[in-house]
Amino acid sequence: MAPTCEPLVRVQADDFDLATETRRLTAGRRDVGAVVSFTGLCRDENGMLEALELEHYPGMAEAEIARISSEAAGRWPLTGLTVIHRFGKIVPGDNIVLVVAASSHRRAAFEAADFLMDFLKSRAPFWKKEHVRGGTGAGWVEAKDADLDDMKRWER
Amino acid sequence: MKLVYFAWVRERIGLPDETVDLPADVNTVADLLNWLKGRGENYGAALERQDIIRVAINQEHADHSAPLPANGEIALFPPMTGG
Repeated sequence: MAPTCEPLVRVQADDFDLATETRRLTAGRRDVGAVVSFTGLCRDENGMLEALELEHYPGMAEAEIARISSEAAGRWPLTGLTVIHRFGKIVPGDNIVLVVAASSHRRAAFEAADFLMDFLKSRAPFWKKEHVRGGTGAGWVEAKDADLDDMKRWER
Repeated sequence: MKLVYFAWVRERIGLPDETVDLPADVNTVADLLNWLKGRGENYGAALERQDIIRVAINQEHADHSAPLPANGEIALFPPMTGG
């Protein structure tokens, strides 16, 4: 199906602002009935994480997120869709990824945001390296089978 | 052919990218991985678990059975962990 909106995709080192991105999808419009956002943050589960270093494939990262976004905009009737993914060094508590999906009705916005995150996890060319406190080492985060299973939920 | 590497594939090979002349009998992604493994211990270490290596041809995901293009950019990288 042809995309129902023109998705906005950004891959950047800088932080993003949820309120600004939400306003971008609603300002001056009367047809938006629902905005669903997902923000993924860098978390430290055991008090050992100094920072995450996010490596990405410049060019393909933007292209792949655009492909996934277009698919979502073809699958659900969206009035707007924004995806922002950061790269570089990110400390616990800081933002990593933002998905904002807007639609006339809530179900499309919820599902599109969920779909986007499941596909970003397994298809967008980003890799996380964990830097441990005290400079004792760094290691690449391993991909989880559960993430692949999450993506398969959307097969039809 | 330009080859680009990311994450631990890049670290183990020791290069972010390189340009190679491929032998005539290297026709698919799987052929390329097998050929690269013979180029040195660093390649062997990077591609040891060949089945989990992900590949993109001209910045689009591709299977190991995919034919290689006449020219362009082939990327090799581990399973992705973004989001």
